[in-house]
Amino acid sequence: MSMAAAAHGHGDPHHLHGLEEGHAGPAPKRIVTGFGFWIFLLSDIVMFSCFFASYAVLSGKTAGGPSGADLFDLRNVAIETVLLLLSSFACGLASIAADARNRLWFQLAMLLTCLLGLGFLSIEGREFADLVSRGYGPTRSAFLSAFFTLVGCHGLHVSAGILWLLTMMAQVFAKGFRADIQRRFLCFALFWHALDIIWVAVFSVVYLLGSAA
Amino acid sequence: MPAAPTVEAMMLGKLDWSAIPFDQPIPLVAGAMVLVAILGVLIWVVVKGHLPYLWDEWITSVDHKRIGVMYTLLAMVMLLRGFADAIMMRSQQALAFHSQGYLPPEHFNQIFSAHGTIMIFFVAMPFVIGLMNLVVPLQLGVRDVAFPTLNSVGFWLTATGALLVNVSLVVGEFARTGWLPYPPLSELTYSPGVGVDYYLWALQISGIGTLVAGINLVTTVLKLRTKGMTYLRMPMFCWTTLASNLLIVAAFPILTATLAMLILDRYFGFHFFTNEAGGNVMMFMNLIWAWGHPEVYILVLPAFGIFSEVVSTFSGKPLFGYRSMVLATMAICIISFMVWLHHFFTMGAGPDVNAIFGIASMIIAVPTGVKIYNWLFTMYGGRIRFATPMMWSIGFMVTFIIGGLTGVLVAVPPADFLLHNSLFLVAHFHNVIIGGVLFGAFAGYTYWFPKAFGFRLHEGLGKAAFWFWLVGFYVAFMPLYVLGFLGMTRRMQHYDIAAWRPWLIVAAGGAVLILIGIIFQILQLAVSIRERKNLRDRTGDPWDGRSLEWATASPPPVFNFAIMPDVSGEDAYWSMKAHAKQRDLDKSEPDYRDVDMPRNSPTGFVCAFFATIMGFALIWHIWWMVVAGGVGAFATFVVFAWRDHDEYVIPAAEVARIDRANLEERRSLVSAAGGAG
Repeated sequence: MSMAAAAHGHGDPHHLHGLEEGHAGPAPKRIVTGFGFWIFLLSDIVMFSCFFASYAVLSGKTAGGPSGADLFDLRNVAIETVLLLLSSFACGLASIAADARNRLWFQLAMLLTCLLGLGFLSIEGREFADLVSRGYGPTRSAFLSAFFTLVGCHGLHVSAGILWLLTMMAQVFAKGFRADIQRRFLCFALFWHALDIIWVAVFSVVYLLGSAA
Repeated sequence: MPAAPTVEAMMLGKLDWSAIPFDQPIPLVAGAMVLVAILGVLIWVVVKGHLPYLWDEWITSVDHKRIGVMYTLLAMVMLLRGFADAIMMRSQQALAFHSQGYLPPEHFNQIFSAHGTIMIFFVAMPFVIGLMNLVVPLQLGVRDVAFPTLNSVGFWLTATGALLVNVSLVVGEFARTGWLPYPPLSELTYSPGVGVDYYLWALQISGIGTLVAGINLVTTVLKLRTKGMTYLRMPMFCWTTLASNLLIVAAFPILTATLAMLILDRYFGFHFFTNEAGGNVMMFMNLIWAWGHPEVYILVLPAFGIFSEVVSTFSGKPLFGYRSMVLATMAICIISFMVWLHHFFTMGAGPDVNAIFGIASMIIAVPTGVKIYNWLFTMYGGRIRFATPMMWSIGFMVTFIIGGLTGVLVAVPPADFLLHNSLFLVAHFHNVIIGGVLFGAFAGYTYWFPKAFGFRLHEGLGKAAFWFWLVGFYVAFMPLYVLGFLGMTRRMQHYDIAAWRPWLIVAAGGAVLILIGIIFQILQLAVSIRERKNLRDRTGDPWDGRSLEWATASPPPVFNFAIMPDVSGEDAYWSMKAHAKQRDLDKSEPDYRDVDMPRNSPTGFVCAFFATIMGFALIWHIWWMVVAGGVGAFATFVVFAWRDHDEYVIPAAEVARIDRANLEERRSLVSAAGGAG
C-alpha cells in the first residue's frame, strides 16, 4: 500500500480495505462510532420494513370502516413533509456549526430543528386525535391498526429524537465540543436524517397510494 | 374497566395475592429453592466481603472477556432450568398413558413453553454470544470490542429477560402458547392471563440486548482488526461470528416488530392478528419465521466456527478449504432468509410457493455439506488428538448429519404435510440444536476455558460427560422420530395409544442419561477448580493452537496484547511460532507503550435494573412504575454521557512487566520441550 493510501486509512470510502494485502489496523474512533450507528440504523429500517409490510397486507382490511382515501388530508401531510425536510436542513446547519465549533450557531440551529420537529409532531398528533374522536381509532379495523402503528412508530422516533436533541443541546452547553460529544452528535444527525428517509416512504406508501385508492 | 379505578388498581395494576400460585406446589417449591439459592449466594458474598470485588471486577466490568464469561455463566445456569423443564415433560409423557400424569394441563403447557423459550433465548443465545465476546477480539488481535459499555448493557439486558422469565414461576404464570406465541391463542381473548405478557416483555428487553451485541460484534470484526489481519486471514470463528451477527442485525428487528404488534393487540385492542376486524393470523407466522429461521443459523454458525477451530487445532493442520468455508458461511447467511415458509407448508400457499421454499430449504443443505466435508478432509492425514473438545466435534459431525438428513426430508412439502407438528419434527430440531449448537458450545467451553481462567478443565470427567450426553441424546430423541411416524403430535399432556408408551419410556431414560452427563459437567467444573494448580496453563497455549488468542497469556491481561500483533498470513499464531523457532526465540525486547483502556461503568447494570422494573410493571399494568423505570433508564444514560473521563492509562512499565513474565514462561517451556510441537 502506498504512503498516501496508508495515511488515508479507513477515511477513503472508495477503497475496500482489508481485501487487499496489508490491512492498516483498527479504524479511528469516529469511524467506528459512525459505522456502528449506521448498522443500528439499518436494523431500525428493517424494523420499519416489517411495519410497512404489515400495512401493505392489512391496508385493504377496513372491516366496513373508512379507507385511506376517506381519511387522508394530503394538505396536512404536505405541511408535515415540508416541516420535517426543513428540520433536516436545520440539522445540517447544526452539523456545520459543530464542525466550526461555533456554540451560538449550533444552539440556534438545534433549536430550529427542535421547533420544526415539534411542529411536525403537533400536526401528526392533531391528525391522530381527530381520527380517534371520529371513532376511527386503531381498534376500528386492521387497516387503522397498521396505519396508526406505522405512522405512530415514526412519530415515536421523532419524539425520541427530540429528547436526544435536547440532551445534546444541554451537553454542548455544559461541556462544549468534546471529541466524544462530536461523535454522539454525528450519530444524532444520522438518526435525524434517517427519519426523513423513512418519512418519504411513509408519505409515498401510506398517504399518496392511500389517497389514490 | 370501572369508571374510577381504585387506589390498589392504580398502585399495583393487575397484581394481587392471587398471582402467587399457592395451590400449585411444584412451581412454588422450585421458586422457593431458586430464591433460597440466590439469597444464600448473596449472603455468602456479603459476609465473605466479596461484594466490592464482584462489583468492581465483574458487575461494572466492560472487559469483553469478563462479559463473555458472564454470558456463558448465565447460559449454563439457565440450561439447568431449561433441563428441569425437559425432564418434567419426558417423565410426564412416560407416565400419562390413560391417566393425567402428575402435571395438570395448564402447568404442562407452561413447561413446554418455558423450556423452548429458555433454551433458545437464554441458553443457546447467551452461550454463543458469550464465546464470541470472549474469543473474537483475541483472535482479531485487538484490545476490546467496538463499544465496551454498550456490551455490558447488552449482557445485563439479556440477564433482565432471563430474570423476568424466572419471576413468572412464582408471581403469576408463564405463557401456555409454546415457545412462539401463535395467535389467535396468544391474543387476549384466549390467553387473558399475564403469561404471554411475561414472554413478550422478557423477549423485547433481552432482544434489545442481543441487537446491541450484534451491532457491537459486526463493527468489531469489520473495523477493529489488527494490522495485517485482512478478511481472508481471519480465523474461521471470526467469519462465522460476522455472518451470525449480520443475521442478528437483520433478523432481530423483525422479532421486535412482530412482538410489538402482538403487544399492541393485547394491550390496546389493535387488530393485527385477531380473528375479527380484518386481522391476519398468518401474517404472524410469516413475520415470526422471517426472524425464526435466520435465528437457527444465528445459533449454529458460531458453532460451525468453533468446530473449525477445534478440528484444525487437534488435527495439527490448517483448515481444509478455508475459502470454500468462507463462501459456504456467507451463502448460508443469505439463503437463511429465503426458507422461512418451510415452517408452515401446511398454511396452503399453493404448490408453486411450497415448491420454491422446499427447494431453497434443500439448497441450504449444500453449503452445510461443504463444511462437513471440509472438516473431514482437515482430519484426513492429520495427527489427531482426542481431547474433549475434539470428542464433542466428532460427536457433532455424526449427529448433525442425521439431523440434517431428517431436515432435508421435512423440506419436501408432501412429507412435511404428514410430519408437521409431530414428534418427528421435535426430534429433528433437537437433533440439530443439541447436536449442532449445544455440542459446539460445549466444545468451545472446554477449548477456551483455559484461555479465560488460566487452567484446563478435567479431561476424564469431560469425556465422561461427553459420552453420557451423546448416548443420552440418541436414547432420548431417536424414539421421538419413531413416535412421529406413529402419528404422535407434539405437546401432548396425556394419550391413550399403547404403542407409543414404550418409546416414551425409553426417551425418558435418555433424559436421565443426559442428566448424568450434566452432573459430570458440574463435577468437572468443581474438580477442575479444586485442582487448578495441577491443571494450570502456564504458556497461554495449552492446545498448541493456531490463532492469535493463544499468543497471549492465560488468562489474558486486561489489555489482551502488550504489543498489537502484526499479521502476515492465515493461522497467524502458528506462523509466529514457526518463525520464533527459526530465530531461536527472538530475544529482542519490543517497544512497550502506554495502553489506554475503557473505564468500568455501572451503566449496564443500573440500566438493566430499571429495565427489570419497567418490564415487570408493563406485565402487571402498573403504569406509574413504567414511567419511573423509563425515566430512570434515560437518566442512567445521561449520567453516563456526562462523565469526563472514560479511559484510564496502564503505564508502559506495567505492560512490560506483565508481558515479560508471560514470555519467560513460554521460553522455558518451549526450550524444555525441545523441537516438538
